[in-house]
Amino acid sequence: MLDLELDEQYQDLVNLVRDFAQQVVAPQSAANDANKSFPYDIVKQMGELGLFGLPISEEYGGSGGDYFHLALALEELGKVDQSVAITLEAGVSLGAMPLYRFGSQEQKLTWLPELAAGEKLAGFGLTEPGAGSDASAALTRARLDAGEWVIDGGKEFITNSGTDITSLVTVTAVTGLDEATGGKQISAIILPSGTPGFTVAPAYDKVGWRASDTHALHFDGARVPQENLLGEQGRGYSYFLEILDEGRIAIAALATGAAQGCLDEAVAYAKTRTTFGTPIGKNQGISFMLARMATRVHLARLAYYAAAAKMLAGKDFKVEAAHAKLVGSEAAMDNARDATQIFGGYGFMNETLVARHYRDSKILEIGEGTTQVQQLLIARSLGL
Amino acid sequence: MKIAVLIKQVPDTEEGRHLTSDGRADRDASDRVIDEITERALEAALKQKDADKSVEITVVTMGPAAANEALRKALSMGADKAVHVQDDALAGSDALATARALAQALSGLQADLIVAGNESTDGRGGVVPAMIAELLNLPFLGPLGTLEVSGGIVRGSRADASGTTALRASTPAVISVAEAMGEARFPKFKGILAAKRKPVAVQGAAELGLGAADHAAGNLVLASAARPARTAGVKIIDEGQAAQELAAYLAAEKLI
Repeated sequence: MLDLELDEQYQDLVNLVRDFAQQVVAPQSAANDANKSFPYDIVKQMGELGLFGLPISEEYGGSGGDYFHLALALEELGKVDQSVAITLEAGVSLGAMPLYRFGSQEQKLTWLPELAAGEKLAGFGLTEPGAGSDASAALTRARLDAGEWVIDGGKEFITNSGTDITSLVTVTAVTGLDEATGGKQISAIILPSGTPGFTVAPAYDKVGWRASDTHALHFDGARVPQENLLGEQGRGYSYFLEILDEGRIAIAALATGAAQGCLDEAVAYAKTRTTFGTPIGKNQGISFMLARMATRVHLARLAYYAAAAKMLAGKDFKVEAAHAKLVGSEAAMDNARDATQIFGGYGFMNETLVARHYRDSKILEIGEGTTQVQQLLIARSLGL
Repeated sequence: MKIAVLIKQVPDTEEGRHLTSDGRADRDASDRVIDEITERALEAALKQKDADKSVEITVVTMGPAAANEALRKALSMGADKAVHVQDDALAGSDALATARALAQALSGLQADLIVAGNESTDGRGGVVPAMIAELLNLPFLGPLGTLEVSGGIVRGSRADASGTTALRASTPAVISVAEAMGEARFPKFKGILAAKRKPVAVQGAAELGLGAADHAAGNLVLASAARPARTAGVKIIDEGQAAQELAAYLAAEKLI
């Protein structure tokens, strides 16, 4: 307790990802953002380094680390390129983890090794046009017919769902009525890419995260074998909520990195940019902004470390993860706003990293549970 | 084949260079990093191991306790084991005393090839590899931009201002590598985990059979001073003669 120093194994991973992010990722980030080009070569290299398999055991082709390793890697990548970071985040925490946590041995052996190696990517199909924060309002349906699930409906905003290396999307679908409650019975089903009746809509034109891959998906009688059911029938919704709980730690770490990246850029700029003969960082109007930015980063990091510590200890971490996601995403957005302000006109130019963080950070307050959903979870924990 | 690679931990030069009050490199003023040229030396050895799994790589460093970070990184990149020459009596060793200590450590390894960076970013003497070769009575090739080892012969090329020279020697030999040898690989996460299980032998001066005479400085530093701030450059205003003046300036500086 009360020891927040990273041990050697965690620190060595941080050093590795920091070097990789600065030497390999950062030089091509601006171009990938401008061209909306998915960084296949970076994904391949991250796979070779073992980043896509961090929290997955070696039995399934993983690296044998833990979820905190993943979070630390995301913080380092988030400093320089949120598109790359979300590609890793979604690839692992949303793509591979549902299979790892809830899949059968056969499903795990079939799908996980390529995902853990970063050779393939998987999507997480929960959100629908009319079902975001209220994911239970899902309309996508799956019915059994001659030993196959027949899926009809559609999904919205699904990360990593349409790349050249996407192998599957795990989708939630209504599979009947729950006998106990009379409500919808929602199940999770593995839908391989290329299944007839499964179409991937063209990529969105997004404000930020422009080098990440996001699509709407349509299912028109898409048929998969009955064995593609993930876990138990009717548990799909609760599985996905569990995945989102741990995913919040990963997103919080990514957001902490973004907030740190904004701080680093702004501090460096404030030391070199001069007005009226002195560096602007000598003005308290600027230095106090930077001090507040540093505090936000510090708190965001403490929050995700604390949530990860509870998770690794096997304790309930749902509320801590909500705290971490809430303060992390706000730190990223607030720091992006302040960093662009410190950069002045240059901060409004797309070529600067702070401008990219300004566009990229907004989604952190929306994706994987909006700020309001985090507040709802925290309020519930207070008995409200 | 056994390869020994000399690794050095240096202050991160991205943060500028700093001297202590007694004129030594201030190692606490910057982050500590593994010297990039020694990473490239390790990369040259790892390429041999990629081609032949039986190659065994031992990384060797001399430095304070914190230098084990550099060894750990080298092990995570793929070296098999490490030797850490660490003794307060060796602190502040000059190039010759360093070479004596490293030569002692290396003599116990029976390496077919000893690989070093050609020049560290802190001391920048560039003499230790050749001194080690002399002390061990081995041939020295360097700085090499390419490396090939087969049949007991080490070959490489050395590029300088006058051209490229092809060199070869029989093993065992000492080589130093130039930047042209190519960038080092990143460690893999599994390499990081594996590094914890690889052996690191810590050896002090007495264990290496070094006496006071061995680590006495071979040269005497009378004074050292930080590099003066850069002075203003030469400005040439083009009034029709700028090209001639520019050419004359470059010629005077022996740049063309």
